[in-house]
Amino acid sequence: MTAITAVGPKRVTIDRQRAIAGIFVMLGVVDFFVFGLFASNGDAVFTFTLNGAAVSVPNLSLPAGPVSEGIGALTVILGLLYAGVRLSKIPQRLVGVAVVLGFVVSFLCWSDAGRIPLPFVSLMQSTMLAAIPLVLGALSGCLCERSGVINIAIEGQLLLGAFAGAVIASSFGSLWLGLFSGSIAGGLLAILLAVFAIRYMVDQIILGVVLNVFASGLTGYLYDQALVPYQNRLNSPNTFVPIKVPVLGDIPIIGPILFDSTIFLYITYAAVALVHIGLFKTRWGLRVRAVGEHPTAADTVGIKVLFTRYRNVVLGGLVAGIGGASLTIGSVGSFGKDISSGQGYIALAAMIFGRWTPLGATGAALLFGFSVACANVLGTIGAPIPSDFLLMLPYVATIIAVAGFVGRSRAPKADGQPYIKS
Amino acid sequence: MTQQDTGPGGTVASDPPGTPEPAEGASSGTAEDARKAGLKGTEVAISLLNAVLEGSSAVVTFLAIVTAVIIGGLLIAFTSPTVLHAWSHLFSAPGSAFSQAWDVAASAYSAMFEGAIVNPHTVSAAFHGGSIAQIFNPLSETAVNATPLILAGLAVALAFRAGMFNIGATGQFIGGAMIAGWIGFAVHLPMIIHVVVAVIGGVVGGSIVGGFVGGLKARTGAHEVIVTIMLNYVMEYLILFLLGLAVFRAPGLPNPVSPPVATNATLPHLAGATLRINAGFLVALAAAFAVAWLLNRTTIGFELRTVGANPNAARAAGMSPERTWVTVMLICGGLAGLAGASVILGTDFALTPQIYGTYGIDAITVALLGRASPGGVVLAALLYGSLDAGSVTMQAQTQIPVDIATVIQALIVLFVAAPPFIREIYHLRGRRGGESGQLLAKGWSS
Repeated sequence: MTAITAVGPKRVTIDRQRAIAGIFVMLGVVDFFVFGLFASNGDAVFTFTLNGAAVSVPNLSLPAGPVSEGIGALTVILGLLYAGVRLSKIPQRLVGVAVVLGFVVSFLCWSDAGRIPLPFVSLMQSTMLAAIPLVLGALSGCLCERSGVINIAIEGQLLLGAFAGAVIASSFGSLWLGLFSGSIAGGLLAILLAVFAIRYMVDQIILGVVLNVFASGLTGYLYDQALVPYQNRLNSPNTFVPIKVPVLGDIPIIGPILFDSTIFLYITYAAVALVHIGLFKTRWGLRVRAVGEHPTAADTVGIKVLFTRYRNVVLGGLVAGIGGASLTIGSVGSFGKDISSGQGYIALAAMIFGRWTPLGATGAALLFGFSVACANVLGTIGAPIPSDFLLMLPYVATIIAVAGFVGRSRAPKADGQPYIKS
Repeated sequence: MTQQDTGPGGTVASDPPGTPEPAEGASSGTAEDARKAGLKGTEVAISLLNAVLEGSSAVVTFLAIVTAVIIGGLLIAFTSPTVLHAWSHLFSAPGSAFSQAWDVAASAYSAMFEGAIVNPHTVSAAFHGGSIAQIFNPLSETAVNATPLILAGLAVALAFRAGMFNIGATGQFIGGAMIAGWIGFAVHLPMIIHVVVAVIGGVVGGSIVGGFVGGLKARTGAHEVIVTIMLNYVMEYLILFLLGLAVFRAPGLPNPVSPPVATNATLPHLAGATLRINAGFLVALAAAFAVAWLLNRTTIGFELRTVGANPNAARAAGMSPERTWVTVMLICGGLAGLAGASVILGTDFALTPQIYGTYGIDAITVALLGRASPGGVVLAALLYGSLDAGSVTMQAQTQIPVDIATVIQALIVLFVAAPPFIREIYHLRGRRGGESGQLLAKGWSS
């Protein structure tokens, strides 16, 4: 492996701290000049109260230009300080979060200046909704890849999960059964992935791509063959109704965003917590990571490498399948051809962006979900930015991340390499 | 596990890039064996039998295709309403269920054949004064469908040989289609020159996208798989955005569609205006020859294969893997861009948001099926082109959705990529003393 690492290109060693500082300064400049100086006259108004909420929160009205300019100036100063001062890990991250938040705020101000008020709560609600399949897909990726199996088949797992969820929920009239079978369907594709990757040692990148094509072809075929003619019986499931968590759901702003959603959001919370704790706080996770980093060593101490990999891949498929089901019975109900529309690949991107950690992946998935939600919501208020660019954002961000400008994103060492017991 | 170790076919699957010419090497070996055996037919027969029993790569490919077709047939049979109805009467009329299943699958495949190769009705019609060109329509359709697959398949195959995964044929295709299309409808040039310039524009467009990937990998080590996947989506949204602009949008149409390319910029038909086959097919074949020449007869090709086999050794020998990556991705991007040009200038004539279809993804499967060799890519693309062309006729005749072709294509590649699997289900014994398992499957970090 050292040999292979040595093969890697001669890296251009840019001081990472300076590079990040440079990006901060650039963002600050964009805040100031683009969002600040080019903001339309008039205030950006954010509404925080949904219709029928118990507690009403006053609207926030910001003068778009000056606010963006202020944020921009502050960001530039932060960036310059960042270049000069060595910070420990936590303040470093805080500065990063602050810069990104500042960018988002000034972007929203610019988008909304002089237009109809921006419904902040519903923007965040659709962010969460968009993030659910991304988070679950990314967790599937984490589970697989931490054990050493590359999972590009997330897209296929989402698609099969969505299909099975809709069809089973519709034909048996039980949403829970739909959720369950969506998960199983994702697991079935994962079994294919596991068997061909682990037993037959097919290259895992190829395998993932092929399985995605397979899932797309299969669901597309069955859709035309069975779901179109029998739309009423097979493809008109109900959808889960939002469940409001008592007390927490009544908190203004936060309540409707975080605690008033379908069961899928709560499953997602649980899944993130479980995968994070499982991978990093338990003996189980230590073993999984050992298998993903150095299978020979893991084998030597008696960990069953192949079994661990099979189990993790299938587990990942089950998780992604739930994410797939959320696309149908969690939101729109009926299944449509290629309903996952590349979200599996965004989930993959989120996992890479989050450096193969569940929490990082969740953060990235939320960010990506936010850009999708912006594309939908800002279109309706007539914001001056084409939605295509917002939809492009997750992918561009990932390219920047893997190019090492945002700190190198490193895969588990044995990721993608079949293990042969010698 | 031993089977994998001895499998010759680990070749394709686990490692497109690493092994320079496993297939060619093996086949020339058997040819030599056969020559040594002289004219003793029995010995030839025995070696042939051995090849079959051991599961040589050709046999595995053949069995993979057969298996995929059988599974596709079962899928067709068991999702057809008439067959399902017959199964519900399984106990009262057991024969009917099976015969119905057979009938449905058989009619689907025969319709597919008629759409892809030849339709007997057009032949008999031609004898009774019908159009002769009509006989060749299925073959023309197959060639038309195969054209972008050959070009994009080469883009993936060439990268494989240099040890890279080019998942980004879609993005490069869009880059090529965008520029070729824009030159086609926005620029006015005399006859032949216009189409040539537009095609070159396509190559350049693809090269820009491909070269970006190569450059990024060379400079920062960004894994090309991730970058290409992400770029595919970036390009998909970019074309959607451009088609919203006045520069690209056909005036007066509600849909995001560009104006049609000028007649001067279209690729000429090869066999009359009724058949869609056009010069793009010849360009694709020429490209295949050019890639074969490049790979086997030039310094660049040698460096490329060396870097693909072992970048360390290449560097020790004074080659620069970084430079090779950039060069290869420039060429690959150009080929995929050419595929885009062939579609926009040959069959579609106007840019649409869905212009890229599934060519970029199919290209990966074509390159794998063709074992990353130019000749293999052409054959694989023709097979896929015939499946695509045939499935359209099949849907028209039997109402079975075209997506079945996608399922069969995916299965073929899945099986071709896993020779041990095919050997297991057909009880082939695996090659004696064959090459050791090719486990060059790489992860993200390589």
